[in-house]
Amino acid sequence: MFWLKKNLPKLVLVPSLGILSWFVYGFIFWTIYISFTKSKMLPRYEIWGIDQYIRLWNMPRWHVAVENLLIFTVLFIILCIAIGILLSILLDQKIRAEGFLRTIYLYPMALSFIVTGTAWKWVLNPTLGIEKFVNDMGFETFKFDWLVTPEMSIYTIVIAGVWQSSGFIMAIFLAGLRSVDDEIIKAAKIDGAGIFSIYSKIILPMMRPVFMSAIVILVHLSIKSYDLIIALTSGGPGISSDMPAVFMTAMAFHRSEVGLASASAIMMFLTVSAIVVPYLYSELKRENAR
Amino acid sequence: MKMKKLIVALIALALTPSVSFAAPKAEVLHWWTGGGEAKALKVLQDEFAAQNGVWLDMPVSGGGGDAAMQTLKARIVANDAPAAAQIKGPTIQEYDEEGVVAPYNIDAVAKKEGWDNLLSKQVASHMKCDDGKAYCAAPVNIHRIDWIWANKKVLDSNGIKMPSTWAEFNAAADKLQANGIIPLAHGSQPWQDATVFEAVALGVGGNDFYRKAFVDLDAATLGGSTMTKVFDQMRKLKGYTDAGSPGRDWNVATGMVMEGKAAFQIMGDWAKGEFAANNMAPGKDYICAPTPSNNGYLYNVDSFIFYKVKGKDKVEGQKLLASLMMGKNFQKVFNIYKGSIPARLDVSMDEFDMCAKKSNADLKTAGSKGGLLPSFAHGMALRLAQKGAIQDVVTEHFNSNMSSSDAAKKLAAAVKASL
Amino acid sequence: MQDKEKLNLNRLEANSKRKNIIYRWILYFILGIFVFYYLTPLYVMIVTSFKTMPEIRQGNLFSLPESIKFDAWKQAWDGAGFTGGDVVLKPYFWNSIKLVVPAVILSTLLGAINGYALTKWRFKGDSYIFLLFLFGTFIPYQAILLPMARTLGVLGMSNSISGLILVHVVYGVCFTTLFCRNYYVSISDEMVRAARIDGAGFFKIFFKIILPISIPILVVTVIWQFTQVWNDFLFGATFSFGEAAPIQVALNNLVLTSTAVKRYNVDMAAAIITGVPTLIVYILAGNYFIKGLTAGSVKG
Repeated sequence: MFWLKKNLPKLVLVPSLGILSWFVYGFIFWTIYISFTKSKMLPRYEIWGIDQYIRLWNMPRWHVAVENLLIFTVLFIILCIAIGILLSILLDQKIRAEGFLRTIYLYPMALSFIVTGTAWKWVLNPTLGIEKFVNDMGFETFKFDWLVTPEMSIYTIVIAGVWQSSGFIMAIFLAGLRSVDDEIIKAAKIDGAGIFSIYSKIILPMMRPVFMSAIVILVHLSIKSYDLIIALTSGGPGISSDMPAVFMTAMAFHRSEVGLASASAIMMFLTVSAIVVPYLYSELKRENAR
Repeated sequence: MKMKKLIVALIALALTPSVSFAAPKAEVLHWWTGGGEAKALKVLQDEFAAQNGVWLDMPVSGGGGDAAMQTLKARIVANDAPAAAQIKGPTIQEYDEEGVVAPYNIDAVAKKEGWDNLLSKQVASHMKCDDGKAYCAAPVNIHRIDWIWANKKVLDSNGIKMPSTWAEFNAAADKLQANGIIPLAHGSQPWQDATVFEAVALGVGGNDFYRKAFVDLDAATLGGSTMTKVFDQMRKLKGYTDAGSPGRDWNVATGMVMEGKAAFQIMGDWAKGEFAANNMAPGKDYICAPTPSNNGYLYNVDSFIFYKVKGKDKVEGQKLLASLMMGKNFQKVFNIYKGSIPARLDVSMDEFDMCAKKSNADLKTAGSKGGLLPSFAHGMALRLAQKGAIQDVVTEHFNSNMSSSDAAKKLAAAVKASL
Repeated sequence: MQDKEKLNLNRLEANSKRKNIIYRWILYFILGIFVFYYLTPLYVMIVTSFKTMPEIRQGNLFSLPESIKFDAWKQAWDGAGFTGGDVVLKPYFWNSIKLVVPAVILSTLLGAINGYALTKWRFKGDSYIFLLFLFGTFIPYQAILLPMARTLGVLGMSNSISGLILVHVVYGVCFTTLFCRNYYVSISDEMVRAARIDGAGFFKIFFKIILPISIPILVVTVIWQFTQVWNDFLFGATFSFGEAAPIQVALNNLVLTSTAVKRYNVDMAAAIITGVPTLIVYILAGNYFIKGLTAGSVKG
């Protein structure tokens, strides 16, 4: 009985870990295994070698996808966090209609991107949306055709992606801000600190765990980006706005290249882990040192 | 005494295995979820129900079947394949190779009803598995891909006739451009680019060229000088589209033709539905004509594959479904709603519209002249890996400054890498 | 002397009041610009949903509809005016509710308990265990469709709501644990330590002390989970049956017709209808973003 009580915290984690070990780690190993096979339409289990990886890196489309993932993820994270923090601080100032504004910033996440993507596609299209609107108002030389320009199409995806997710980042920062002890702020005010330095020197540094959550979520959303691209550009013009999740789905389900798709999944997983895990590890070490 | 007899009889009845009466059951995966297509499929649903069939609908739309493919593969991997799925082209044979289609439950029905005589040889060969020995899929229609749709008023007021060669098309387009009309309404999504590409390849290269390149995958043809000429024409066509074309949905492009903002659109016969929904009539408000070619005809046959399933009721369901799909009445009504023409040869075309009748007539002509060819952009000629590889190169070329000779070289290389 | 001081103070007050007003105006201006950014697509969607198809084809994207008619909305919901065969939203609404409620409750609860265990009852290696959870968030869902299908098939759950609930709880737990754990880590350990000294056990502390102060993070977690599960299309389409499908599958089927005539007005209306429950959750949950919930109580 005493043993049970003593180990209860660890036991409580067992169900979740048990599920994870199969559904997350088991599946990762399955994917690794399949990436070494010649699986075409359905999984096959005879080992083939590392040819899928060689084929993968010989495909120009994969290179475009990886480059886009990096561009998109970096911009996505920076913009969402910047906007999220800005809005959360602004909303923290005892605004009238805070609830109303909060909902406006948050609602994009609630709507299916299949449809909001169509709306964005129209708005960003030079012959239908903003460019036409501004031109009609008299500014004939205004151009905003990123959507249809191969080099710029990925940036339109950033615009729509930030629109969709920054509200949630605002929400988690707001929750974080609200959990800061009032006494600390009062003490700082008495000491004569201005609002700006209170936020930058005291409150934001306390938000490190929130930053961690935000970055993890944004990386996850970036990796998962499928609807966002399909609805907005179909991966185009051409293949210029392709991303790994789109590539992977196309290969696995529309091109009967399950082995290749698995290789791309593992590459993506490794890339992301290589960048994010050191960050997480150092954050956790920091916390433990407290 | 009577009571005892009654009880015995009832017990006997209760113990009788109910397997002897198996209502045909069919789980059908498809993505015809709206408009004329949904209406057309409902005809099949109703006919199935009229014969005591239990139809379990599994609609998964998105990307012209992309999302459905995901669901389908997952179900097959889970050993729980649906009874029927909307699969067409070489994918049918690909599934057969994976061993999930045998024992070809519908072959008996096909042999009994004599499908070999009701379908053209080409269509029938697409429907067979096991090296062409057994029927494993049923065709519901024939779509034609290589159509040009034109706004009659725009053509008339600019003094232009429907072009019968690509040179005429270019001349007409130049004239229209000079008069401020967008010559070609187009939505540059990968599949739309591929659709235009194959029509151009058929016309510029010829029927034999098309066959060599996109059915036989001959490397020399794919990377050769004729292919370069095809890409040249694609480059010219790009110049006839407007700035907003990348990413545009196909029906928005049709809208441009309907509004008179553009003159032509190159698209399959389903574009008819948009005109009809806008109350426009063929011959009066819009014109339908094949893209310039030498009796070429690019076809696409929608069909349903029948997987290996467990359970007598499911097998019965498959057989009933297959038989209904090839039924004369169904073939007629379905295709009137859908905008395509029947796969079955002996269906009367009286109730079909002008474009469908032309399609049917051209089908027979092309067939006899060797121009009846499977569309690769719509999954009839090639396996998905090759089709995807070609599509990538075509859309990249169309949306960049790639030279035609580079594109042809890339095309040959991409196909080789995908095999 | 006193008068001068008073004068100075008044001037200071007046100055700071003016500063405040300027700050306030700048504040509202910035917020207003963002409102513009966020609302533009919604405006286009709403306006389109009230137009007729000819109006949409000919007209300007941003123009107001000629008349406000709810035809498209009725069509999207239950098919009024359809000729049959088309997908409508009403039957699938309830399926999603049946799916979302258990999935959100289960994953949130598990996340809270996990976060609590990992931060208030430290043991050797608990950071590594947390890392194990975090890894689960980097898996691209497309990659696990096939093995998941196989697993569910073996478990006999390949076409059911319970299978879907399992999938959503599994992948949700990674996030809920992340949120809750990072929230609890910032909360002082004093209260928990005091309670342990007093003899309170693991679960008693959880329900009596931790949960009450978790409101902000539970709100965030519920918002996230509800959205993920309600908006999910991938798992819903792959692991559920035709009629038992969740609403997002139905929305997709309604909107993404392949070669049939597109009705943009119905599509827009349908998307907004589908988003309503999530919006309601946001509005209700928003009431809990109240300041001062934890102030004071943390000090104990």
